Amino acid sequence: MSNVAIDLNGVTKSFGNKVIVNELSFTVASGECFGLLGPNGAGKSTIARMVLGMTRPDAGKITVLGVPVPARARLARQGIGVVPQFDNLDLEFTVRENLLVFGRYFGMSTRKIKAVIPSLLEFARLESKADARVAELSGGMKRRLTLARALINDPLLLVMDEPTTGLDPHARHLIWERLRFLLARGKTIILTTHFMEEAERLCDRLCVLEHGRNIAEGSPHALIDEHIGCHVIEIFGGNPQELSSLIRPYVQRIEVSGETLFCYAPDPEQVRVQLRGRAGLRLLERPPNLEDVFLRLTGREMEK
Amino acid sequence: MGEDFAAALPANAWNWVAVWRRNYLSWKKIALASMLGNLADPLIYLFGLGTGLGMMVGRVEDASYVAFLAAGMVATSAMTASTFETIYAAYPRMHEQRIWEAILYTQLTLGDIVLGELAWAATKAFLAGTAIAIVAAVVGYAAWPSLLYVLPAIALTGFAFASLAMVVTALAPSYQYFVFYQSLFLTPMLFLSGAVFPVTQLSDTFQQVAHFLPLAHSIDLIRPEMLDRPAGGIALHIGALCLYAVLPFFLSMVLLRRRLMR
Repeated sequence: MSNVAIDLNGVTKSFGNKVIVNELSFTVASGECFGLLGPNGAGKSTIARMVLGMTRPDAGKITVLGVPVPARARLARQGIGVVPQFDNLDLEFTVRENLLVFGRYFGMSTRKIKAVIPSLLEFARLESKADARVAELSGGMKRRLTLARALINDPLLLVMDEPTTGLDPHARHLIWERLRFLLARGKTIILTTHFMEEAERLCDRLCVLEHGRNIAEGSPHALIDEHIGCHVIEIFGGNPQELSSLIRPYVQRIEVSGETLFCYAPDPEQVRVQLRGRAGLRLLERPPNLEDVFLRLTGREMEK
Repeated sequence: MGEDFAAALPANAWNWVAVWRRNYLSWKKIALASMLGNLADPLIYLFGLGTGLGMMVGRVEDASYVAFLAAGMVATSAMTASTFETIYAAYPRMHEQRIWEAILYTQLTLGDIVLGELAWAATKAFLAGTAIAIVAAVVGYAAWPSLLYVLPAIALTGFAFASLAMVVTALAPSYQYFVFYQSLFLTPMLFLSGAVFPVTQLSDTFQQVAHFLPLAHSIDLIRPEMLDRPAGGIALHIGALCLYAVLPFFLSMVLLRRRLMR
């Protein structure tokens, strides 16, 4: 196996006359966690489907685990595990039966599947729920079962579409912890997300998408350093126009989003001095994050 | 695009079994209720119509009316069982529950899934039709050895109707759509195919139409065997049912690919 897990080259996809993915290229190395970060409608799910060979690109080339997709997608999928955006577990079955039935789709023998089920249940922390029906599981448990199901064929690559969307923070952290465990064991992960925090915590590298185009690519820290590189002060509670003309000389850049002013300031103290004594203002100073990168690149906040 | 279509066809001769086994595992949990449901309806028709109408009409084509009707009910129950399995069970698996989508993440192709669903629907049709045939044999309306020839015909009938219903499933935007298929296609077919009265009672035009109906071919295969009569045109009937099994399969593949893999 080469050290490239996924290679997209000049991939374009339209539905009708709407371009969903536009001349997109990126490469995912084996063993890394690669993120596709973008708002809803940026084309993330369509890219995931194309990687799986479930949607054919109009133009461009896709190679996954060394084979061309979609031409030989069936072969590629033998080495892929999928966690979709919406749970599609088999509701008629128990947790254990879901794993059994899914293993058979990969052509595994019943005996072989039964041999791996205990370790998958342990991984997903679902040992005590093995014989519970899927309908009885919480949202977080269902996600973990979906993750366990994706591992039944011991895949090299995991394709995850919004793996923690809709989960509460506790359930989300547990999924993140499980994903880091998989990365430590050498799995490759490509995940789509619109959570900046998720992208920052998990991804070695990521690609920021807008309207199906790759507008920036790199490690989260490199992107933050390159596009922001200084502290951020968020200011709420005043008239954004008036405030921005007041402090503009003391900051590198200002973005206005809704009623919030984002000031990118190498020297935050100067800004504080300017605003001292103004009633009703709230200032929040923090290190820059991917949210700022996205705002910088697209001129708008990612909707949450 | 031809290459893509080829890639969606069944990958090999055994992949579909995994889908069949999934449905079997699910059915096992409710087997008794499901069997009773599949049996009750045709049996009520058989004995209700058979004895009630039978007293009024006497003998039909040189057999008691119940015996005549029994063969019609065997074929009809196979038709109904495989149709209902496809439109009311396979459709939600494809549409709302997204189970097919999950299967497409694996090394199974769309063709494997469709074939597995058809084989499962045909299995249920086989169970339903066979049960009626056994009841008919027990009460003396059919000769036991005839069942040997009737059983494969039931399975083939199940396959043909599953395949037809798969086209409807592929096209259906919602459940409402299935009512049209039932009331505009299946119910008229029941009366045009000789299930409850001989086709010879129909006008010439309708008799011509009957030549093209899958249920008519199924009944023409099954009834002579059950009534222990010489059967004619066996190759034609089998050929017609095979066409009804194979052609809609490919049509449904084209439609489902468009629906699920665009």
